[in-house]
Amino acid sequence: MSDKLQALADHLAAKRAGDVISTEVVHGELTVTVKAAAIVGFVQFLRDDAECRFTTLVDITAIDWPERVARFDMVWHFLSMWKNQRIRVKAAVAEDEMCPSIVEVYPASNWYEREVFDMFGILFSGHPDLRRLLTDYGFRGHPLRKDFPTTGYIELRYDEVQKRVVYEPVKLAQEYRQFDFLSPWEGAQSVLPGDEKRS
Amino acid sequence: MDGDIRHNSYDDGSEDVLTGEQSIRNFNINFGPQHPAAHGVLRMVLELDGEIVERADPHIGLLHRGTEKLMESRTYLQNTPYFDRLDYVAPMNQEHAWCLAIEKLTGTAVPRRASIIRVLFSEIGRILNHLLNVTTQAMDVGALTPPLWGFEEREKLMIFYERACGARLHANYFRPGGVHQDLPPALIDDIEIWAKAFPQVLDDIEGLLTENRIFKQRNADICIITEEEISKWGYSGVMVRGSGFAWDLRRAQPYECYDEFDFKIAVGKNGDCYDRYLVRVAEMRESTSIILQACAKLRAPDGQGDILSRGKLTPPKRAEMKTSMEALIHHFKLYTEGFKVPAGEVYAAVEAPKGEFGVYLVADGTNKPYRAKIRAPGYAHLQSIDAVAKGHQLADVSAIIGTMDVVFGEIDR
Repeated sequence: MSDKLQALADHLAAKRAGDVISTEVVHGELTVTVKAAAIVGFVQFLRDDAECRFTTLVDITAIDWPERVARFDMVWHFLSMWKNQRIRVKAAVAEDEMCPSIVEVYPASNWYEREVFDMFGILFSGHPDLRRLLTDYGFRGHPLRKDFPTTGYIELRYDEVQKRVVYEPVKLAQEYRQFDFLSPWEGAQSVLPGDEKRS
Repeated sequence: MDGDIRHNSYDDGSEDVLTGEQSIRNFNINFGPQHPAAHGVLRMVLELDGEIVERADPHIGLLHRGTEKLMESRTYLQNTPYFDRLDYVAPMNQEHAWCLAIEKLTGTAVPRRASIIRVLFSEIGRILNHLLNVTTQAMDVGALTPPLWGFEEREKLMIFYERACGARLHANYFRPGGVHQDLPPALIDDIEIWAKAFPQVLDDIEGLLTENRIFKQRNADICIITEEEISKWGYSGVMVRGSGFAWDLRRAQPYECYDEFDFKIAVGKNGDCYDRYLVRVAEMRESTSIILQACAKLRAPDGQGDILSRGKLTPPKRAEMKTSMEALIHHFKLYTEGFKVPAGEVYAAVEAPKGEFGVYLVADGTNKPYRAKIRAPGYAHLQSIDAVAKGHQLADVSAIIGTMDVVFGEIDR
């Protein structure tokens, strides 16, 4: 399986040398990193090339790396039912950059891109209907960014007096319980209490 | 779409007096979120021309709980129960994908007995799902008895769930490295007895529906899926097989020990709602046969042994904890700190009853996932409803939603 994936990786690197930045096969999965600007042409090649035939779009998502310059990684997963193979395509996108939409090539990407816009705030150029999808009507912020708190900013409840649902800023009766259970003993960088006297 | 969409002339040659002054406007209605055939909380704005659907705009997210965000602040073990709450019709199939992803990243081999138990309960999940889908879809098109009969069988299966793990619905039974507890022999016997009796119940349900005139009129030739649409919309599962393509991850990319089992893949011919109904019924029969095979394998000598691959991912045996200090510490650390997963990314998919359910897991070497993306089959299916429902009658929309097998736990996440 890995040999076939490696052969496919070499094929892609040879045919689309201008788009592909790197390829790797890890855990029996092929990951191809491409330039974000070239994604439309690249996925079209993936769909139509006789060696690839990745006709099914499985998933689109993003990963937030706040400390990186190009903050987001866009991730596309494709499946070829014809060749029984999977491929993962990745591209880095900065916060102020737009990512080209692949909705012309894969209509199924419509909702996935809407979701990524909703959750991460990445804009897709050429998307026909880039509305929010999963969050509430009139929601602000992009929840899956790492700097968005898990508790959110607003909460809603039914107000007995006004007889309707009201939105309010989140009020927590106690601090959100975010325990860090990572062991302080393994690979600890910090000086443990009392140790600072030793040297 | 305002304006002249109606012919104003009649068969006898006469015309409406008010031609030109009439303007007929399309009708917009909200389908759901409280519609019983919306299968949960789907709000769909339908634009109707008379009774014909011109446009369908589903508004989803009314059940959005932020599962993926919550998962980022919990340990791998604490995240397993979230998967029960995705597709709450077949909970264990979802957990399976999560466990497979962790096992792939950590390189854990699951003991054989645990593997067989997983297959057994995945197939029970498949029957749970198909029973609910087939019978409630029948209710959406007008039949009341099938859900009553189907829920009776679901009840029995949920008791098996309860006897295996203590919970009827939110099982949390599949764990990274195996399953939580071993099955008592009496439970295996009872599952076998049930599986032998179930085809008779299925015959009864089929007797109500398969040749039923109303059921056929409401389902045959409705929502025909072509090969082009399959790849265009990223369909998986029964939506593909109903159109005659034998694509099943259990066969195409075998996981667990499915390659040892003897089962057939049911495919449809026309790709309409009726064929998908037939495929689901046939899949239930195949699942019953897999359950029987799994029960036999669990009794065979090579099916004995431990149900967890003992190591960092799994708790030590209870008996060991009574005497070994290390085991006690390990147990405490596992359930507080959790286990660490090496940095990397992985995609694991299972053939869930609704289609391909996948988990894309990005680990950063700590005890919590850095990012986990849940790929729900119903999400891909539902977004195509505008394309496939166009031109159908309003009454067919509920049949189409039923045949797509949408459950909002997994779509909204």
